[in-house]
Amino acid sequence: MAAPYDLNDDGVVVIIGSGASGGTLGNELAQKGIDVVILEAGPRIEYTDFINDEWDSFGQLAWLDNRTTGGGWRVHKDFPNLPAWIVKAVGGTTTHWAGASLRFDEHEFKALTTYGKVDGANLLDWPITLADLEPYYAKAEDKMGVTRTNGIEGLPGNNNFKVFKAGADKLGYKECHTGRMSINSAERDGRMGCQQTGFCFQGCKWGAKWSTLYTEIPKGEATGKLEVRPNSQVLKIEHDDSGKVTSVVYADKDGKQQSQKARVVCVAANSIESPRLLLNSASAKFPDGLANSSGQVGKNYMRHTTGSVYAIFDKPVHFWRGTVMAGIIRDESKHDPSRGFVGGYELETLSLGLPFMAAFLDPGAWGRSFTSALDHYDSMAGMWIVGEDMPQEQNAVKLHGELKDKYGMPIPDVWFTDHPNDVAMRNHAYKQGTALYEAVGATRTFPTPPYPSTHNLGTNRMSEKASDGVVNKWGQTHDIKNLFVSDGSQFTTGGAENPTLTIVTLAIRQADYIAEQMGAKNI
Amino acid sequence: MVTIYRGRPGLSRRELLKRGSAAGALLIISGSAVLNTSEAWGLESTTLKPETIATLIQMARDIYPHDQVPDRYYAIAIKSHDELAGKDADHKALIEQGIADLDQKSGAGGYTGLGWEEERVAVLKQVEGTPFFQAIRGGLVVGLYNQKEVWPIFGYEGESYSKGGYIARGFDDIDWL
Ligand SMILES: Cc1cc2nc3c(=O)[nH]c(=O)nc-3n(C[C@H](O)[C@H](O)[C@H](O)COP(=O)(O)OP(=O)(O)OC[C@H]3O[C@@H](n4cnc5c(N)ncnc54)[C@H](O)[C@@H]3O)c2cc1C
Ligand code: SF4
Repeated sequence: MAAPYDLNDDGVVVIIGSGASGGTLGNELAQKGIDVVILEAGPRIEYTDFINDEWDSFGQLAWLDNRTTGGGWRVHKDFPNLPAWIVKAVGGTTTHWAGASLRFDEHEFKALTTYGKVDGANLLDWPITLADLEPYYAKAEDKMGVTRTNGIEGLPGNNNFKVFKAGADKLGYKECHTGRMSINSAERDGRMGCQQTGFCFQGCKWGAKWSTLYTEIPKGEATGKLEVRPNSQVLKIEHDDSGKVTSVVYADKDGKQQSQKARVVCVAANSIESPRLLLNSASAKFPDGLANSSGQVGKNYMRHTTGSVYAIFDKPVHFWRGTVMAGIIRDESKHDPSRGFVGGYELETLSLGLPFMAAFLDPGAWGRSFTSALDHYDSMAGMWIVGEDMPQEQNAVKLHGELKDKYGMPIPDVWFTDHPNDVAMRNHAYKQGTALYEAVGATRTFPTPPYPSTHNLGTNRMSEKASDGVVNKWGQTHDIKNLFVSDGSQFTTGGAENPTLTIVTLAIRQADYIAEQMGAKNI
Repeated sequence: MVTIYRGRPGLSRRELLKRGSAAGALLIISGSAVLNTSEAWGLESTTLKPETIATLIQMARDIYPHDQVPDRYYAIAIKSHDELAGKDADHKALIEQGIADLDQKSGAGGYTGLGWEEERVAVLKQVEGTPFFQAIRGGLVVGLYNQKEVWPIFGYEGESYSKGGYIARGFDDIDWL
């Protein structure tokens, strides 16, 4: 049923990437009868082939092409070639994601207005409001089957949640529950309910967790209007003399270069590869890269202010059993500058298997202080901090000056340094997380540093004015009207919430706009 | 992605035990083999000196000490350095020189001659920043903790899909809160 399109077909919309944004956009457009080709760098691996093993799964699905990092963050030292944890496979990072699906708060679309000018931060209001997105949020929640929306029941709490909830109650937190999760609590949309296997980060072998791999993509393919071409890594986007984009050059499964013509091109490759691709597509007409008249392509890289708190108790918890991230405290997500920082953060339960715990609890540490923590692995509980970080112009995805990938393209070099606001927020969250576990009897707690970035945002940001950002309120580049950015690199600011629900929401909305503009022959 | 290396026993279990009781040591060297008599296993070295391998095993335990984890898992975890040394002369030099340096810093009896963990850790602290130490420590993170046989020692249950997940196997069985 999947429609194979000709390389010379210049009527197709080409989407680069098949993750949360690309997979959703592709399906939405196909449902409207528009011809779509999704080019995906990674292979197609169906969910039955996922592996319940942390390192093996990482090897199976993660983006392992070389990247470098710089800046003041600790990831630069601990994981110099792994700035981010992103997937290279059909379905993108929605294969590995945990499923937490939260709407932005109203004030988070107006960061500059709400927080005021913050020294060193490149804050800006989004050119859209919560009201603009509400109808699309509703569609996204229905599509993804988000628990606690649309009458869908919450997931049951596992052991890790029960410890978390007991602590939340002791601290007087009011909004603590098993989350809004894109994980079926009961059978829905032809997919079964969660079996509490506890390998959400390794891909859900039951298909209970939403991923474009087995929802959007097959639905789109069933229309006969969507072709997903795996093992097709786009290297460059090309344009004509008028500045309109016309085709994309990609390396096929044999490494041979192909050129696919296009009527519209949508970049949905996640916030490191998307700006890299625009920068790598520089030409005589656009010497600084495509859509970069503002100079903002690759800038304002955000990754959320994160960190974890793990705790050891004198009795077993078995926290790896069941959903990895199904527990949330929302009380700290408000904007309350009396805490010493602007913006807010969420606390969410998290567990890691023993192999990842050894790698991420305190990277580089050794000796008894470290190993005695692992000795009590079965009595651990854990949570993750996710909060709004400040966009900063010097935090950026750049092209490496010397290193190239196997296709001869400069590799991305990812620079990040915490803003003082980020540090203040993280320290506050460490304190709260520690107090929470101590309130239920933790004998030892661990303020654990951020992992390689899982939320990558902001590098092609949305702005009212063309001089402030890369895309307009539809994700259409200010400079080239048939070139769109569809992923989280559009985010003007990061909000405190896990980003994917908003990414999917923007993709649904963008599909309407593209269809309308194509209909009106504007593109 | 991760390979787990298993030592090829160089001698039969019976012979091992026999020699072991004669030597009366935990780790003994016999020809090119490192033998652990109480745990009844042996590791045949191919490129590195067997003494080097024995020291590496002690060093691995001193870096990530878990008293409940037998030596054989540390031996498996460092075995990859012997294999890599066979393919890469630079790696061989890195390890042999690194161990020689440890021995030299440890005084007359060498590194394994230091009786207390604290004494050995003090030596390791001096070399903590070297590529040698980082190669050993870095390799252990996956080499030791990704051995499926080690997981049960920590209580970790591993793969759960084939058992139907934990929905009926205690995902919410905590009873002490
Ligand atoms: C462990 C983990 C847990 C997470 N948990 C959550 C969560 O609970 N909630 C939440 O909201 N978010 C979560 N996330 C983040 C979430 O996965 C991402 O926000 C989301 O998948 C981003 O969607 P995307 O479409 O921008 O990119 P992706 O989903 O990463 O898809 C991008 C795709 O583009 C492809 N691609 C890249 N470059 C090229 C190229 N040049 N040519 C062709 N294809 C290319 C990639 O291979 C990839 O398949 C998590 C992430 C991780 C790693
Ligand atoms: S815990 Fe639930 S959602 Fe997570 S992988 Fe297992 S079945 Fe899927």
